[in-house]
Amino acid sequence: MGDVVTVTPAAADLIRSLRAAHGPLMFHQSGGCCDGSAPMCYPAGEFRTGSSDVLLASLAVEGLAEPVEFWMSRSQWELWRHTTLTVDVVPGRGSGFSLEAPEGVRFLIRSQLAR
Amino acid sequence: MPRFEAPDTYQSRYDHFIGGEYVKPHKGQYFENPTPVTGQTFTEVARGTAEDVERALDAAHGAADAWGRTSVAERALILNRIADRMEENLQSLAIAETWENGKPVRESLAADIPLAIDHFRYFAGAIRAQEGSLGEIDDDTVAYHFHEPLGVVGQIIPWNFPILMATWKLAPALAAGNAVVLKPAEQTPASIHYWLSLVADLLPPGVLNVVNGFGVEAGKPLASSPRVAKVAFTGETTTGRLIMQYASENIKPVTLELGGKSPNIFFDDVSAARDDFFDKALEGFTMFALNQGEVCTCPSRALIQQGHYSDFLAAAVSRTGQIVQGHPLDTDTMIGAQASNDQLEKILSYLDIGRQEGAKVLTGGERADLGGELSGGYYVQPTIFEGDNSMRIFQEEIFGPVVSVTSFADLDDAVKIANDTLYGLGAGVWSRDVNTAYRAGRSIQAGRVWTNCYHAYPAHAAFGGYKQSGIGRENHKMMLEHYQQTKNLLVSYSPKKLGFF
Repeated sequence: MGDVVTVTPAAADLIRSLRAAHGPLMFHQSGGCCDGSAPMCYPAGEFRTGSSDVLLASLAVEGLAEPVEFWMSRSQWELWRHTTLTVDVVPGRGSGFSLEAPEGVRFLIRSQLAR
Repeated sequence: MPRFEAPDTYQSRYDHFIGGEYVKPHKGQYFENPTPVTGQTFTEVARGTAEDVERALDAAHGAADAWGRTSVAERALILNRIADRMEENLQSLAIAETWENGKPVRESLAADIPLAIDHFRYFAGAIRAQEGSLGEIDDDTVAYHFHEPLGVVGQIIPWNFPILMATWKLAPALAAGNAVVLKPAEQTPASIHYWLSLVADLLPPGVLNVVNGFGVEAGKPLASSPRVAKVAFTGETTTGRLIMQYASENIKPVTLELGGKSPNIFFDDVSAARDDFFDKALEGFTMFALNQGEVCTCPSRALIQQGHYSDFLAAAVSRTGQIVQGHPLDTDTMIGAQASNDQLEKILSYLDIGRQEGAKVLTGGERADLGGELSGGYYVQPTIFEGDNSMRIFQEEIFGPVVSVTSFADLDDAVKIANDTLYGLGAGVWSRDVNTAYRAGRSIQAGRVWTNCYHAYPAHAAFGGYKQSGIGRENHKMMLEHYQQTKNLLVSYSPKKLGFF
């Protein structure tokens, strides 16, 4: 089985530039309405994870001293666990409080069946 | 096919609306706002920051006290006048909304704007009729309960029904006597300003303030401010949790509407006759394409009973094939553009994982290129998947014109599948047997169960979620209390001391 979460080169570039502007980062995968299913990117620690969450990956992004944690709510992961995830980036307007939205781009999850 | 012209009602730039006037953003920055119809920018909008939010909160706090003490008759009159102005300008509002959001104009003409108008009238009436209470504790002691406004509230609006969703939040908040700081979605920031151009003079300065911008730059300062007495949000779960987290720091209440994965259940007896009811049920199935599926209660899981599964599904595929996709300003268009490029990309990613999981595409399944100027817009074919409820396309709100179909054996099986979801906002039940419909409706864990109908949103029918779909009930007079404090005056009418001291 491969990594649960991977990052495309374009997403890694964006993570590096957000890291330079905002400091260490984290992701929490959303669910539900509107911009649900989007991976939300915050300053590390901004979103408080708890026992209802699961840490899916500590992403090593080239050029970053620290890993970027990728979290999801446990109940949602139960429904997603047969898939692996790729963090990509597309042009967009994005809602929510994710850090990249003002840049005119949006992180996007692409999914593959786990092998 | 009649087609409206692209609207000329929009200004080329919008600032923030604060204290009854337009105010430039503190940092002087603006962002471009494209129409999803063509992908072309049609206006630019102030990019708000914490300084702008503070200025709006200053204005709101300056206005809240006097507004909260106006008579309910006066506030109701203002809400009714807002409704009247909207009715006089229904067509231009509908066209502006379609240009902003991409939805077919027949929906904004027949649903979004008329519903918003009625919503203001409903809360104008509800606040007039609202009464406090009194309890007679004993012969000398009375407990009076008064409704008081919260003061200044923050509201963060989604992009799928920009004017209607703003109205759902504004009408009860204003009726209850609150001042508001509202942040529209950054995908659809402009139509609320066209609406303001029609109604702003009716409200005292500072009672309603609109700060535009991105969630991280303008939404967060609003949601985390100790100067708002309550935050209302419609969106997704991670941001909903973050808003609760900020509210917990200030010990403030929230109302949240966070979406769902709504089941639409068709029992065998639906197909007992080829009559009006059967036709209505097929329309109910096809409601997954309403507003391009960008509805928190999109009936995106269709559960069809095994006895009529093949026949009903074939008829449903055929009905879906009759959906007219086209220019959103054509009055014959039934499905328009997705609201943004990232929304389009997300839907395409779900079409991909649905296929990978082995779901069968019965119709659609691709991006639609409508040619000409629409080639730059964000269009998706209405899509029917057939699969299993454990698949991700059955468990996540795609927010596109995509329905996932599966079968069930009996009532218990239907309820089991329907409730096998993290969410519980909407559901549909279709049956000619009232007992079956009633049992199913009471057993489904969702805040709204449409029974032999779907996607009706009248004022005076409570709307809100079970489970992870949120907290609170909009669309009903009970929402007034989500925007009010309860003041208890406990009064003794006895001159006699207790005798303790």
